[in-house]
Amino acid sequence: MSTNPFHTPPPSNEAGLPPPANRKSLWTRVNTARRYVVNHLITGLSVLSTVIVIVPLVAILVYLVYMGASSLNLNFFTKIPAPVGETGGGMANAMVGSGIVLALASLMGVPVGIAAGVYLAEFGRGKLLATTVRFTADVLNGVPSIVMGISIYALIVKPQQHYSAFAGGVALAIMMVPTIARTTEEMLATVPHAIREAALGLGVPKWRTVVSVSLKTASPGIITGCMLAFARVAGETAPLLFTAFGNQFWSYKLTEPIAALPLQIYVYAMSPYDEWHRLAWAGSLVLIVMIMVAVTLVRIYASRGVLKGAS
Amino acid sequence: MGVSISVEHLNAWYGTTHTLQDINVELPANHATALIGPSGCGKSTFVRCLNRMHETNPIARATGVVKMGDLDIYKDAEPVQIRRRVGMVFQRPNPFPTMSIYDNVASGLKLNGFRNRAVLDETVERSLKSAALWEEVKDDLKKKSGASLSGGQQQRMCIARALAVDPEVLLMDEPASALDPVSTSKIEDLIFQLKSQYTIVIVTHNMQQAARVAENTGFFLNGKMVEFDSTHKIFTNPKDKRTEDYITGRFG
Amino acid sequence: MMTEREPNPTEPAMPPAVTNFVAASAAAAPEGAPSAIRQFLKARGSGGFADKTFAGLMLLCALSIFAIVIFILTILTVRSKLSLAQFGFHFFVHSGWDPVAGDFGALPFIVGTLETSLLALAMAVPLALGVAIFLSELCPQRLRAPISFVTELLAAIPSVVYGLWAVFVLVPIMRDQLGPLLSKYLGWTGLFEGYNFGVGILTASIILAIMILPIISSITRDIMLAVPTSQREAVLALGATRWEMIRTGVLRNARIGIVGAVILGLGRALGETMAVTMVVGNHPEIAKSLFAPGYTLASVIANEFSEATGDMYLSALIEIGLALFLVTIVVNAIARLMVWAVTRGTPARAH
Repeated sequence: MSTNPFHTPPPSNEAGLPPPANRKSLWTRVNTARRYVVNHLITGLSVLSTVIVIVPLVAILVYLVYMGASSLNLNFFTKIPAPVGETGGGMANAMVGSGIVLALASLMGVPVGIAAGVYLAEFGRGKLLATTVRFTADVLNGVPSIVMGISIYALIVKPQQHYSAFAGGVALAIMMVPTIARTTEEMLATVPHAIREAALGLGVPKWRTVVSVSLKTASPGIITGCMLAFARVAGETAPLLFTAFGNQFWSYKLTEPIAALPLQIYVYAMSPYDEWHRLAWAGSLVLIVMIMVAVTLVRIYASRGVLKGAS
Repeated sequence: MGVSISVEHLNAWYGTTHTLQDINVELPANHATALIGPSGCGKSTFVRCLNRMHETNPIARATGVVKMGDLDIYKDAEPVQIRRRVGMVFQRPNPFPTMSIYDNVASGLKLNGFRNRAVLDETVERSLKSAALWEEVKDDLKKKSGASLSGGQQQRMCIARALAVDPEVLLMDEPASALDPVSTSKIEDLIFQLKSQYTIVIVTHNMQQAARVAENTGFFLNGKMVEFDSTHKIFTNPKDKRTEDYITGRFG
Repeated sequence: MMTEREPNPTEPAMPPAVTNFVAASAAAAPEGAPSAIRQFLKARGSGGFADKTFAGLMLLCALSIFAIVIFILTILTVRSKLSLAQFGFHFFVHSGWDPVAGDFGALPFIVGTLETSLLALAMAVPLALGVAIFLSELCPQRLRAPISFVTELLAAIPSVVYGLWAVFVLVPIMRDQLGPLLSKYLGWTGLFEGYNFGVGILTASIILAIMILPIISSITRDIMLAVPTSQREAVLALGATRWEMIRTGVLRNARIGIVGAVILGLGRALGETMAVTMVVGNHPEIAKSLFAPGYTLASVIANEFSEATGDMYLSALIEIGLALFLVTIVVNAIARLMVWAVTRGTPARAH
């Protein structure tokens, strides 16, 4: 027996022999079994939760198609809403109205958003100002859209004493700016620095480098980002409630209230008339299809890789 | 024709790192000068100071005097003007991916507002011939994207692009390091032939390349130019022991 | 590397083109005179003015983002001056809301907002975590893209469409099937008393949960993917089961970020307007039962803003909007900081 304090003799059983090396204690075996049960349980739960998540989407979509498809006819796309009690109306004015408001919003929001993104990616790299702008844009993206709506109401509608398509456009534009700024920045960041250097090395001024090299190379991604922002605001109702307000008739004037698809859907959904409910479903289907096309295009683009032909 | 470059007391920093320490050297016109030395000792930084590319990095700083001929490029000229007179070829080929071969080569002119079609055509052809790429791409000039060529071809296209603006100086930062041996030898031939029209500065890790191509060689170590002399002298009878150690492969 | 380049006995002759080039440039430009191209480029300005203008323009547009925030803050504060002056802080703890009588108190809306949001979180977070775990750790490669695509579609559905579905599908289910079930088995908790018309706090919470699920799940998944594989491998090497690996190797590292994702979901829930307005019942009373109709900050604005007669009424509603703005800004800022702290340094993924 050594006198080494770290050497303890192995425990011995009655026969004076050490216990077999491969016998695990009862506790160890039970614990191991428990761990495997828990493992399988969690696996099952996560699969279950995924299924639970998929079900509502499929349910909503299927129901939407079912309810909406039957109401989609030529009238829907060409006529304005019929008076209460009559059938055969459509949401043509709402779709045109949405188009007008969205066009206005894009005209105002897209250039400013892209320019902000250009600043963040090309001029502000590493600067504190750029970091705060980026952070503010992200936070602004989380502000409820109804807040934008009442702000523009206070700014434009109240002083002018009337609702207008223009006000609706502005409300949607200020929602697009932070979103587009961030996606533009992210797309510009994927442009390899080497080709910027190539242009600068040729004596091309910085602004020309940004426009003809960086923006040109990243343009597919930037356009996709704009499409995403467009799709997002296309479905927004709250900002239009108190700016564009809605209109039962055709309207093209920017200084008058104008119909918009999500607005109309909301009004019809809350109404007591079945005919209008029908139209609400049809309108929702159109809206969803449009948005899903945009999202799918974004996915296809993203999976194809960012730069064509760049090594 | 090329122009000579003189550098006096050039110091450069990246943030707080003192990358170049008191460089003094004269690079003669219409000669090729090679810069050798272990990785990270300032060769690339030095070259980037010669066309004011160093300052495109927001944390970069440089002091000292760099003269092209009689012109102090830091005090008496704008960076853009200098870069049009000094062409640069980078370590990795960097063609513009959205442009055709033609547009790539012509980009130095087109992006600076040059419109004359006839001159552009002729310049593109001339530059591609100088870069020994014309025969290989002359049928696909506008059809193929610049990025669809092989590595060696891309680098030659980048050289053509740099030549198209008719610079007086050509800076090359390890132009063949990312290429296969066949392309490398093609590019070395090129440099050999271009020497007579431009002042060429070439950074290289490959000492044999320096020996083949350049009349003068400078040895960089830890941000200082330890020795600058004719290539023959440097490789056969260097003055400084550190140079000798590097040449014989004791480090680096 | 050490082989000398063999001196080529037949030195490659200069290709004729290069000779032409040399000859051409010599002919076109007599000694000392710069070529046409050089002259052109020399005459070109250095673009300094254009550079400065361009940079200034871009900066201005970037600052517009600050301008938007400052604008909203200013205009909402200015326009709610009336009720701010009149009620002060008492506004947020007073539970009466009777515009006709001039009685304005925001407590019912605050309670309603908190109730629906927290309940929605309670339902959504476990599910979102489950989906995130499934997608990032357990999912077979082939299924990964379609399922994450589906969750992305969920996030893209407009609020009003969710509301439409909730009104015509969820509310009847609540009224006829789920509600009676809940009051039968869980009535003892006192949370499921009273009449059940299908609209109310619970219905609103359910649709909210469906809506915030995708954002929590996709951010959580991003965070989990940002945890380096070495962490996972280290735990597995110690003999852990897969769940234990996830728990200690991934979740523990991603804790802060996941909390951030949850808070982001909370931020979204707090401000969600249309779908909630359509099914929450729009009744400004605080009740114990989850079946009771309620009211949220966003809903009261959506419902009553256009009908608001009188400056005080409008001012009170705008003050509610101001409160909503400030709360969501703070919540989102905290959440973003947490998410940023964990994913910092990871390159942005296109997904």
